[in-house]
Amino acid sequence: MALLEVRDLTVSFDTPDGVVHAVNGLSFDLDPGQTLGIVGESGSGKTQTAMAMMGLLSENGRATGSVKFRGQQLLGLSLGEMSRIRGSKISMIFQDPISSLNPYLSIGEQLIEVLTHHRNLKRREARTRATEMLLQVGISEPEQRMRQFSHQLSGGMCQRIMIAMGLLCQPDLLIADEPTTALDVTVQSQINSLMGELSEQSSTAILLITHDLGVVAGLCDKVLVMYAGEVMEMAPVDELFADPAHPYTLGLLNSVPRLDREHSGILRAIRGNPPDLVDLPPGCPFRDRCDFAFEACIEHPPLEAIGEERYKRCFLERRPVTEDHN
Amino acid sequence: MRAPILKVEALSVQFRIDVAERSFRHEYRRLRAVDRVSFELGAGETLGVVGESGCGKSTLARAILGLVRPSAGRVIWLGENLVGMSEEQLRSKRRELQMVFQDPFGSLDPRMTVGQIVGEPLRNFYPSMSSLQVRERVAGMLKLVGLSPEQINRYPHEFSGGQCQRIGIARALVVNPRLVVCDEPVSALDVSVQAQIVNLLKDLQKKLQLSLIFIAHDLSVVRHVSDRVLVMYLGRVMEVADREAIYDRPAHPYTRALIESVPIPDPVAERARARRSLGGELPSASDPPSGCVFRTRCPWAIEACAATEPPLETLDDGRQVACLRRAEIKAGAPRALGEKS
Repeated sequence: MALLEVRDLTVSFDTPDGVVHAVNGLSFDLDPGQTLGIVGESGSGKTQTAMAMMGLLSENGRATGSVKFRGQQLLGLSLGEMSRIRGSKISMIFQDPISSLNPYLSIGEQLIEVLTHHRNLKRREARTRATEMLLQVGISEPEQRMRQFSHQLSGGMCQRIMIAMGLLCQPDLLIADEPTTALDVTVQSQINSLMGELSEQSSTAILLITHDLGVVAGLCDKVLVMYAGEVMEMAPVDELFADPAHPYTLGLLNSVPRLDREHSGILRAIRGNPPDLVDLPPGCPFRDRCDFAFEACIEHPPLEAIGEERYKRCFLERRPVTEDHN
Repeated sequence: MRAPILKVEALSVQFRIDVAERSFRHEYRRLRAVDRVSFELGAGETLGVVGESGCGKSTLARAILGLVRPSAGRVIWLGENLVGMSEEQLRSKRRELQMVFQDPFGSLDPRMTVGQIVGEPLRNFYPSMSSLQVRERVAGMLKLVGLSPEQINRYPHEFSGGQCQRIGIARALVVNPRLVVCDEPVSALDVSVQAQIVNLLKDLQKKLQLSLIFIAHDLSVVRHVSDRVLVMYLGRVMEVADREAIYDRPAHPYTRALIESVPIPDPVAERARARRSLGGELPSASDPPSGCVFRTRCPWAIEACAATEPPLETLDDGRQVACLRRAEIKAGAPRALGEKS
């Protein structure tokens, strides 16, 4: 059985401008120990998917559909029930590590609290366990760090601490929302190797939300490409990069310059801008920006299986190919 | 390199930071955000400036434009030293040196229309221009950056991030500058839109014969746009060289480390890479290590590196490197790009 089973998840927000349809009928599975990357641009619904799963939507948000974690329905759980799962079986790390930590409590206090709350450990045991965990995520002098506060530490250090905190209760699932976007490349590389090692050593599954295709290539087993709140393509990582089936995936791959390639001339940008989520056009949401759009795209394409663990939402029969695909 | 239009010579910027909270005495430390940076920029050339946050990239840009006062050094623009010029003298130069900022929304006044925003530099530098002339020039500029002249009466909030960055570029270019300093111009944008703006900048540079200083933390984008690249660490220049020399044969251990850290959007290439991430973190700029500032994180560091500050030396291929051990470190392809360790 899949660890996480998401079916037909929709997330919408009531706003003064109208209803924002952030996530529209998302379905996917995540197996134990697997790393799934969700990629897409801002506004594609990546973050709200995670927030809905964790019961963290803002007040004007609504989620429908089904999110089953080890068979248990997460949508509609009471606050108390949800908080027994959060931090214990599912933990989450956010983009901005410094503001994710409580500025009034020492790092040690925050780490110890997780264990005394979820695992009923005595403070002393909790302290030992927290110190070990800090060492495990590569923090030297953990005792000293435990006495410090978030403002005294760098962004990279705070993100390590967030990861340590997320892993304290050995969760089955770690949701990481753009964990390295705010960090420098050298620190990003440290954090990514850390997450890679952790997923190899433990059976923790990782849901990695990112816009960075390079990070996905390095860490994920399988990838889900989102656009306007929908899955455009889902595939094992190698296949997605070697043989993208959806024009949007191809567009994303083509628009990033690669460090290991000599470029001259122009990048193949995707023209236009992402659609307005309040007033989504009928048919394929990517149609207006797509180089391969044809008459059929006025209808809304269904998500169809095109191989083992491969899905695409596109009417195009052939593979989208540009003459100079990187 | 083409004839230089800008020469930066041993430019330093110091900030004073307060350290004493415990006493009434005013104590402060000096922080050298930019430390004796020198380089030249040719007409029509693009210089990429890379380094981690806090390395002084943005301060360097601001010092060149006279937006912060350098503590030492010279900025020679077309033969004239800008450092020490009065505010009025500088004003007249600023028409030729413009800037594009990182935050596309934050750098536009939300209460001004696009026409007012792009027209403002014209009214500043050419007060005798008639409103009609300003309007025509602004409309032409909007067209040039890929916006519709009909959008001239709209406000910034009606535009997307990419479109706002186009407006920022139009504002910088409307007075016909010769040098544009772009400080992280695409890092706030989505990847698909990022490519549009990068293409636009390259296109405009060619059309208008602009020199660009392109500051970014994204080494892939910098590789795409730059002719030469300057690598900074804790305010100092570690290496300056042509693009190919930097990316294919980086000589400084820090340049190598940066390149090795960048993830490549190709799972097969990623797995083949011997990832050797740089340990440790950026030391505090107010208390930099002695000798070579990079030595605390450098896998090649020896005792001598703590005692001697490596000078920036010019090698046979025109590359400049500040590393004592540069002769021993073979300037081959970094591990990141294929070669397994």
